[in-house]
Amino acid sequence: MSEEKKVIVELNENPEYIINMGPQHPSTHGVLRFEVSLQGEMVKYLIPHCGYVHRGIEKMCESLTYPQIIHLTDRLDYLSAHMNNEAVSLCVENALEIEVPERVKYIRSILSELNRIASHQLWWSAFGMDLGGLTCFFYGLRDREKILDIFEESFGSRLLHSFIVPGGLMHDIHPNFKKGITDFIKYFRKKLPEYNRFLTGNVIFQARTKGLGILSKEDAINYGITGPSGRASGFSCDIRKIEPYSAYPYVDFKEILYTEGDTFYRYVARMDEMVESMNILEQLVDKMPDGNEYTAKMKPVIKLPEGEYYQRVETARGELGVYIVSDGNKTPYRLKLRTPNFSNLFIMNKLASGFKIADLVAISGSLDLVIPDIDR
Amino acid sequence: MEQEQLKEKIIALLPEAEFNVNKQYLDINVPSDKMHAFVKLLKESDDLKLDYLFCLSGVDWKTHFTIVYHLTSTFFGHSLVLKVKTTGRENPEVASVADIYATAEFHEREVYDLMGIKFSDHPDMRRLFLDETFIEGFPLRKDYKDEINIIER
Amino acid sequence: MGYQRYDLAPLTHSIDLFLYNHLPATWAFIAEMTIIGVVFLIFYAVIGLYLVLAERKVCAFMQNRIGPNRVGWFGVIQTIADLFKLLMKELITIRKADKFLFNLAPFIVIIASFLGIAAIPFAMGLHAIDFNIGIFYIMAVSSIGVVGVLLAGWSSNNKYSLIGAMRSGAQIVSYELSVGLSLLVIAIYSGSLQLSTIVASQADAWWIIKGHIPAIIAFIVFITAGTAETNRGPFDLAEAESELTAGFHTEYSGIKFAFFFLAEYMNMFLIASVAATVFWGGWMPLHIPGCESFNNTMDFIPPICWYFGKTAIVILIMMWFKWTFPRLRIDQLLTLEWKYLLPINLVNIIVVALIVLMGWYIK
Repeated sequence: MSEEKKVIVELNENPEYIINMGPQHPSTHGVLRFEVSLQGEMVKYLIPHCGYVHRGIEKMCESLTYPQIIHLTDRLDYLSAHMNNEAVSLCVENALEIEVPERVKYIRSILSELNRIASHQLWWSAFGMDLGGLTCFFYGLRDREKILDIFEESFGSRLLHSFIVPGGLMHDIHPNFKKGITDFIKYFRKKLPEYNRFLTGNVIFQARTKGLGILSKEDAINYGITGPSGRASGFSCDIRKIEPYSAYPYVDFKEILYTEGDTFYRYVARMDEMVESMNILEQLVDKMPDGNEYTAKMKPVIKLPEGEYYQRVETARGELGVYIVSDGNKTPYRLKLRTPNFSNLFIMNKLASGFKIADLVAISGSLDLVIPDIDR
Repeated sequence: MEQEQLKEKIIALLPEAEFNVNKQYLDINVPSDKMHAFVKLLKESDDLKLDYLFCLSGVDWKTHFTIVYHLTSTFFGHSLVLKVKTTGRENPEVASVADIYATAEFHEREVYDLMGIKFSDHPDMRRLFLDETFIEGFPLRKDYKDEINIIER
Repeated sequence: MGYQRYDLAPLTHSIDLFLYNHLPATWAFIAEMTIIGVVFLIFYAVIGLYLVLAERKVCAFMQNRIGPNRVGWFGVIQTIADLFKLLMKELITIRKADKFLFNLAPFIVIIASFLGIAAIPFAMGLHAIDFNIGIFYIMAVSSIGVVGVLLAGWSSNNKYSLIGAMRSGAQIVSYELSVGLSLLVIAIYSGSLQLSTIVASQADAWWIIKGHIPAIIAFIVFITAGTAETNRGPFDLAEAESELTAGFHTEYSGIKFAFFFLAEYMNMFLIASVAATVFWGGWMPLHIPGCESFNNTMDFIPPICWYFGKTAIVILIMMWFKWTFPRLRIDQLLTLEWKYLLPINLVNIIVVALIVLMGWYIK
């Protein structure tokens, strides 16, 4: 008997109240289906069904050259597009043992941090909206527009840039880049306390999120939950500290760690990360060398020497790993993407069982899932 | 822990381990029948404590498959790469580490879904991304043919 | 008293006499009822439409944007355009839904709110139904709405709708208690349940001033419970769109959905009217006991403006906290009612009874 038939026969014998949240649902933020078994309002168990956005990126990359792969990696976790590009570029550069100019390193880290703030702003908007405070959506997006304006000025696009390429950058940045960032930091530092007044200190919000979906440190390591979700449980997994890359060795910042591991602390960890990102940005913009070099000397056709290469990068949601197996050609033999959201998704059953439907929405919002990253 | 020290400890634990050339991490080939016990030992031993599996991938080498495990220790900070080869392309099967690392349960389902490598003793061995009714094969294999959707160069 | 120059009772009385003089008794009765019905229908429709526009404008103001401003001057014709759109939408019939109950549910909800609004005193002499059990009648009749909500959720044959309807049923039934008990405070103060007596007893000052602390507590509890009654604001998880994709009215389309939508706004108007009437004096102008000149100036503003002004302010408060707070979970909502609001209410009533017996309030 096939799996489907077995499930149907079982259901006929002991009926369960199963509802499907998704694939089209306002709060799963992407095309994901949760099969939730309910007892009244309480969730008994939850099965996530992914694969609705499976595009076969890993298979496609086996027939594309390395500069062409950059454009596909944008579309993984589209809210951390720069960091995805950086991962593949760094992997290729380390394999070819090419050193990029200092200025390029600084610009890459600046773009990563800006992208991190933009991603967390969108997460805050969506999280508030899921919980019912619909006004959060407008405040968060209004401030995110300032970052998107900086991006549009330099790269021409707001979300998917494909700007960080093996060897350096696609082209030079706009002269107003530095000034745009300092203006943004000044503006956003004034706005962030507003966010805290709106949601963080609100009694209803705290009652909805405190003590909910507690993730222990052992579970975080065992299930591979990285990013702010893992750091809120005490799992020190920040790749920027463990294996620093680009300009991170030159800046001084602290890793945001909490031990409680519930939904509220995952929220607070991301809010604190936004503040920390602004500190990093200030240091980077100060120290960035002037000049106009934007790429190292690369051959026209990139062929990686035979062997295996792995690069880890900290995206807004966790650790992204790029594993390239090369046989000396200009296309990779095997490209594996270890995406953070894939590991983060499957803790949902453990976290949400025993809580109510409203809590399920809060927990999945606090894990900050982006579905194309899961399915690739 | 440095790579040399790690190498010595690994040889002490498993004499049959072969080492590959790899600039980044310590790269070990493990025979597939000793793999499960070895991995358990790696996680539980007090001086290695490799408790975080951060990548599990399958590679199709046309004559056989290889499963690649990237492990690291959150206590000591050292990492290593384990590789297990299957015996040929027909019905490839490897022991599952889902009981040691919870994240492996889903990574192994993905490897089964896209490459067709079965994992024995897996709690829930079925496809992950593709539909249950997808009988055309395993897309990430090198010999997968699809005239409509894939253009061969 | 200055406000009596705006008394509309002679006008309504003359229309009444006109009808009875020119028509036989039963026909005059039917004609009178028809006129009142038509006036109320138009009033209901117009207020409903403009409340939706007001909500969109207030919501936009809080979200740092403008709201509808293209269709007509300041978007005034927007809701009429929306009404036409809803009228022309396809009424999708669900195959396995219980057809009779499915079609009946929106009507029950509308009828319940309509019956309630008929009993509100709009101005001096403009009071359609003046029972001697005024407040009790309004509460009883607005509770019929919960039947409509439950029917809608059940007959949709949709698991999401059922969950939404069950949540809503539990919520409305619980908050009925708080609404009733907080209104009881003013009933004890004024000594009557009849709405015209309550309004008349506020001629020297409004009950929220005369009744000092217990009345203020009762007002806050009433506003909270009233918002929960109408499935609005932080208590709207019956239709929580981010969890249940529109809850109990998921399967309704076109004009039937418009009925639910309209009934929700008119229920909000009803709660705001009752709050304004019972606590803030209804159509009675603001009087301070002792300041004759102040009272005379206040009397120049017609009572109907007072009534709509007060109701508008209460509606604004209700809209304000809908767009500011996140949603409460069902168990937190029920905890709020049974463990917090109900004991506060009961203690408040005992305190008020004591105050009235001892005469410790401004008479």
